[in-house]
Amino acid sequence: MTPPAIDYRDLQGVVRFGYKHLHAARYVLARVREREAARAWLREAPVTAAEYSLPPPDDALQVALTAPGLDALGVAAAVRDAFSPEFLSGMTDANRSRRLGDVGANDPASWQWGGASRAPHVLLMVFAHRGALDAVAARHTGSAFSQAFTITHTLETSDLDGVEPFGFADGISQPWIDWAQGTAPASRALDYSNLSALGEYVLGYPNEYAKCTDRPLVPADAASALLPDALDAPGQKDVGRNGSYLVFRQLGQDVRRFWQFVHGAAGGDLAAAERLAAVFVGRTRAGDPLVPLSARPVPGTPDEQAAQNHFTFDGDPRGVACPFGSHIRRSNPRNTDYPERPAGLTKLLAAFGASSKGFRDDLISAVRFHRILRRGREYGPPLDPADALAPASATEPERGLHFIALNANIGRQFEFLQNAWLANTTFADLRGETDPLIGTREPTPGCPASGAFTRPRHGAPADRVNGLPQFVTVKGGEYFFLPGLRALRYLAGGTS
Amino acid sequence: MTPQAQFFVTAPVAAGREGELRRLLDGMNAAPGHARTDNPLVPFFAFDTIHFARFVIVDDQTLDDTTAYGGPRVSHPPALAFAGEVDGDLDTFFAQAAAHAAPGLRALFGCCQDGPGGGDLAAWLRAHHVPAAASYVNWVGRTVRRVREDAALFEAVQGHLARDRASFEGQPAPAVHLRLRQRVWEDVAAGRLVLTPDAPTPLDWRLRRLAHAVGVPLLLLLASPLLLPLAVAGALQLRRAEQTDPEICPRTPPEHVARLAAVEDFDVTNSFTAMGSLKPGLTRRWATVALLGAIDFAARHVFTTGRLARVRSIHFARWVFLDDRTRVIFLSNYDGSLESYMDDFINKVGFGLNLSFCHGIGYPRTTWLIGGGSSDERKFKEYLRRHQIPTQVWYRAYPGLTAVDLERHARVRRGLEAAQLGGDEARAWVELL
Ligand code: HEM
Repeated sequence: MTPPAIDYRDLQGVVRFGYKHLHAARYVLARVREREAARAWLREAPVTAAEYSLPPPDDALQVALTAPGLDALGVAAAVRDAFSPEFLSGMTDANRSRRLGDVGANDPASWQWGGASRAPHVLLMVFAHRGALDAVAARHTGSAFSQAFTITHTLETSDLDGVEPFGFADGISQPWIDWAQGTAPASRALDYSNLSALGEYVLGYPNEYAKCTDRPLVPADAASALLPDALDAPGQKDVGRNGSYLVFRQLGQDVRRFWQFVHGAAGGDLAAAERLAAVFVGRTRAGDPLVPLSARPVPGTPDEQAAQNHFTFDGDPRGVACPFGSHIRRSNPRNTDYPERPAGLTKLLAAFGASSKGFRDDLISAVRFHRILRRGREYGPPLDPADALAPASATEPERGLHFIALNANIGRQFEFLQNAWLANTTFADLRGETDPLIGTREPTPGCPASGAFTRPRHGAPADRVNGLPQFVTVKGGEYFFLPGLRALRYLAGGTS
Repeated sequence: MTPQAQFFVTAPVAAGREGELRRLLDGMNAAPGHARTDNPLVPFFAFDTIHFARFVIVDDQTLDDTTAYGGPRVSHPPALAFAGEVDGDLDTFFAQAAAHAAPGLRALFGCCQDGPGGGDLAAWLRAHHVPAAASYVNWVGRTVRRVREDAALFEAVQGHLARDRASFEGQPAPAVHLRLRQRVWEDVAAGRLVLTPDAPTPLDWRLRRLAHAVGVPLLLLLASPLLLPLAVAGALQLRRAEQTDPEICPRTPPEHVARLAAVEDFDVTNSFTAMGSLKPGLTRRWATVALLGAIDFAARHVFTTGRLARVRSIHFARWVFLDDRTRVIFLSNYDGSLESYMDDFINKVGFGLNLSFCHGIGYPRTTWLIGGGSSDERKFKEYLRRHQIPTQVWYRAYPGLTAVDLERHARVRRGLEAAQLGGDEARAWVELL
C-alpha cells in the first residue's frame, strides 16, 4: 500500500506544532446540553488546522471528544464501537486503573474530573498570545457554545518558560514524525532512531508495523462523502484518518515535598539536592543529559536539538551514569529491536537468544513501538527549589502538569509506557521501585513498599535512596479522540 | 538437580453441575481468580513442590469458528482442568495431592463426568492427566525450595549491606564478596539461613533426556529420505492454504475482555490460558505435531536457563492437545501485563509464535508460516484475547518475584558458594546487589 500524503488542512494543528509560540492556553471541559445545538456548534467550530503559515496563527482552537461524548452527539453505534477499545472503555475502568497505577491517592474516585459518570464530552484547547487568552476564549465559548454545552471544568495553564513545576526543562525530547513517510520502519530496527512512523500518532497511516491502528471505517455514501478514503480497505471511508487519540491526565505535583525530600536525602545541601533530583529525572535542570552525547548520529534529531538529544544509553549499559530508574530512561530507553547490532547470521542467532547470556540482556522492549507525542502544559505558579524548602502556606496554590499525549494505539503507547515502564516495580532489573517522579509507592505482592531508587555503581553494590514519598497525584483524566477536521464535521452530522 | 514436571488433569463437567463447580472454585479464592493458599479444598501451602497451579473451566468461546473453514460445528462440553508445574515426578505429586487435598479434589472433580468418586484418587488423577505436546521451563532444575532459599539469602545479603554500610564502602569487590560470604556462612551456621545442596539428578531422567537429545535427531536423520519430501509437500500445501485461510480476528467482546482483565495484574506475574481448534486437515495436524515437537525439543535441550529464545518473562509454558489433536490449549505464567507479554511475543519471537499458532483456526495471515501473522499487531492481539479463557483459581508459590529476580538471586547464591571470586567476577557479582 502506498501511503497517501498527509493533508495538513485536515489535521488539527496541535499534532504538528504544539503551539509553543502561543504562551497562554486553557482547556475547557464540557458536556453536551442540547444535542442539535452541539452538533451545529461542532460543525461550524473554527478549528485550527496544521497547515504551515507565516506568520504563525495568533490563536488556535482544538477540539476533542470522549466516547460518552460521541454518544451524547448521537453518533451511530457501529461507528462508535469501531474506535479503539481503550478509548471506548475510558481511562477509569477498574482493571485499567490497576495497570496505570491509579490506586491509593490516585484512585479515580477522588479525581476532580473524569471517570464514568462524570466524563466530559468535549475538550476545547484554546491557545493565544499572552494577555489575549480571555478574549479568544470568550469568542469560542460565547452564547452559541453555552446553549449547546455546559462547561464543567476550566483548566488554566501557566507559562513557566519551558520548565515544569519541579524546575526541570521540559519538552526537550519528542519523537520526530516521519511526515513524508519516506523511511521504512525496519531501518530503525538496529540503530536507535528518533524518527517515528506517522501512523504511530496519526490514525489512518502505516505505523511501525506498517499497519493502521483501530478506528472506524464506514461505507462510502452521501453522508460519508466528505471523509478521506481508507488506506487499508478499498471503497471504505476513514473516520479516523488525520485524527489521533489524546490522553489527558491532570497530574498534581507536590513541589515542596519533592525538594524537601531530595534535600533531606542529599544531606541538607541544595547543590547536592539538585544533583540527586537530576538523577531522578535523567537530565540536569537545564536539560542536559547525564550521559555523554553519542558519536554515532541519531537519525531524526534536528541540529538545534542535538546538544541535548543526541545520545543513547549504549555507553552506559549498567545505568551508572543514568540509572535505569531515571524518568527519561524509563520513558525512553533509547534502545533497539536487538540489544546488540547483529547482522546476517549473528542476527539469526540473536533471534534465538543465542548471542549472549548477560544478566541485563533483553530486559527492555524495543522503544520504537512505545513512543508518545507530549503536548501538555504546566499549571500553577512557579516555585524555586530553595523556596520550596519552606513549609506550605495555608493557601498553597495547586501546581502540576496537564499531561497530554498523542498516540495512535493507547494500549501499546501511553498505557504501555505508564504501566510497563513508569509504574512497573520490576522495570529492567529493578525491584521495589517505580518512577521517582510520577510513581505511586503503593505496596505490591511480595513488595511492601515501592519507594526505592537504585543507583548502580561500578564494581560496588548499588546505592539506594529509600522512602521516596509520592510526589505526583492524578487529579483527573480521560481518553479523547482528536478528530481530523472533516471527521469532526462528519461526527457532528455534517455532509460537507 | 530435581527436574520439573507439568500436570494437566482434566475431565468434562457433568451436565447441570457447572454452576456448583464454579461456586466451589470461587470459594477457593482470596481475590477474584487468586487462590487463598490455605483454602480448605486444595491447601496449596501444604505443598512445597508446586510452583504454579490453576483450575480452569475449559470452555472455548470460539467453537463456531470451525464453520468458517467448512467444518461442522463440533460441540464440546466444558471441562474442568487442574494444571500446574511441580518439582519431581508426577507420580509423587499425584500421591501428595491425594494425601493433602483428597476431599477438595474429590468434590471438585465430583462435578465431572465419571469423577474419582471414592476410588483411588492418585490413580484417577494419573489416568486423567494429558501430557503436553511441548513444554517450557524457565530454569530446568530450579525447585520451589531453591527459589525460596535463594530469595531469603538475597534478602539476608541486602540486610547485611544495609546494616553495615560503612564497613563495605570503598572496599574492593573481592573483599566485599569475602566479607558477605563470611556473614552468610555465620547465618547458615546459626540456622538463620538454610542452603540445601541440590539433590542428585535422577538417573532415569538423565538417560531419558540424553536418549531424546540424541535419538530424535538420529531418527529424523534416518527417516529424512522419507520425511523431507513429505515436509516439502506439506509446506507447499500449507503455503497454498495460508493465502486463503480466513482470518477470524474480530474485536473481542468487551464483556469477555472484562472477565479476563478482572483477574489480571494483581501481582508482577500473571497466568495465561488460551485455546482454539486446529484448522482442518491431516497436513495441518501433523505439521502442528512436528512444530510443537521442535519447540519441545528446543525447550528441553537448548532453552533451559532463563530464556525462551529472547524472552525472559515466561516462568512456564506449554501446549496441550485435546480431543484427538483437533484442539490445542496453551497455558503459561508470565511477568508483566498482557500488553507487555504480547509485545515480547510479537517483537522478539514473532516467527516462533507464527509457526506454533498459525495452525489455529482464524490466525492472522502468515507468509510461509513464519512471516506476517503476529506482526499484524492489532489482529494478533484481538486473536489472542478472543481465544483466551479466564483462569478460575490461580496459585503461585513466590508472589512478587519475576523470573529475572529468580535469576539474580541464583547468581548471587552461586557467587557466594564460590570460595573466592577473581576481580572481574567479583565486580560483576557485587553489581548484582
Ligand atoms: C508531573 C509529571 C511529570 C513530570 C514532572 C515529568 C517531567 C519530565 C521531564 C523533566 C522530562 C525531561 C525533558 C524531556 O526530555 O523532554 C520528561 C521527559 C519525558 N517524560 Fe515526563 N514527566 C511527567 C509525567 C510523564 C508521564 C505521565 C509520562 C508518560 C506516561 C511521561 C513521559 C515522558 C517521556 C516520553 C519523556 C521523554 C523522554 C525522552 O524521549 O528522552 N512523563 N518528563
